[in-house]
Amino acid sequence: MVELIVVIVTILLAAGVFFMLSGAIGLLRLPDFYTRLHATGKCDTLGEVLILFGLLLYHIFVYSPGAELSVQLVPVKLLFLICFIFLANPTATHAIMKAAYNTGVKPWKKGDPRM
Amino acid sequence: MSDNSGKVFGIAVTFCAMFLFWLLLSGMLDALHVGAGLICSLIVALISHDLLVTGKGEKRLVKAFRFFIYLGWELWQIILANFDVTYRVLHPKMPIDPVIIEFETPLRSDFALVTLANSITLTPGTITINVDPTKGKFQVHAIAQAPADALTVDKTMQSKVAKVFMEEG
Repeated sequence: MVELIVVIVTILLAAGVFFMLSGAIGLLRLPDFYTRLHATGKCDTLGEVLILFGLLLYHIFVYSPGAELSVQLVPVKLLFLICFIFLANPTATHAIMKAAYNTGVKPWKKGDPRM
Repeated sequence: MSDNSGKVFGIAVTFCAMFLFWLLLSGMLDALHVGAGLICSLIVALISHDLLVTGKGEKRLVKAFRFFIYLGWELWQIILANFDVTYRVLHPKMPIDPVIIEFETPLRSDFALVTLANSITLTPGTITINVDPTKGKFQVHAIAQAPADALTVDKTMQSKVAKVFMEEG
């Protein structure tokens, strides 16, 4: 049972790291401000959430059985973190996007040179 | 529902939510910590109940229930969005063709607008730039033509959000 959980947790952590990595590659490869936000805004959200979810599972099944109450409540805190990331990350992306648009950052069109 | 009982209901809900939040975060159940939590959540509930519970009290439970069903669909869209971005980023030729589109929706309430704006940002290939709450008008940056068409032609997401908050038409 514990082995199975460890395998699932490893897969979740690896998937999270993969999405964070592709977000970072997107930040470097994409041509302008707006398209870069596509990479960071989406990949970071799912990457962070997958990593936190993996830690949560590990904590519930491997770390906390038999521990005191304050230790057993750590997964709840991780769950709160997941909720707040889902709420705050798209909002922050949208705020940065709006600020850039209102100050006149020009969007890249297909065929333009890289900025 | 009269105005006063609505206010009391709002304070009660906020107080319960805040106190539960306190208990889960502290994890200490002695008199001092629980007492401090009670006082703090009461103060917070009195000051800011109108932030958590707003609007008219009709069909709140139905809306909440539909909202959770919608969240499940949204979660699936987020996973699709990540594979979409990953594909575009790692593809050697980078198949992107950014466009900025505008469209209007029948949505008016704050919560519905926030839900749609955040959903657009999290789903494949689109990010909200501007929202005009008086006309329900959205300005969206799309990374290619296909995700833009999903919003302007198919309108799946708008109609789903409108159904959840009962603001169609």
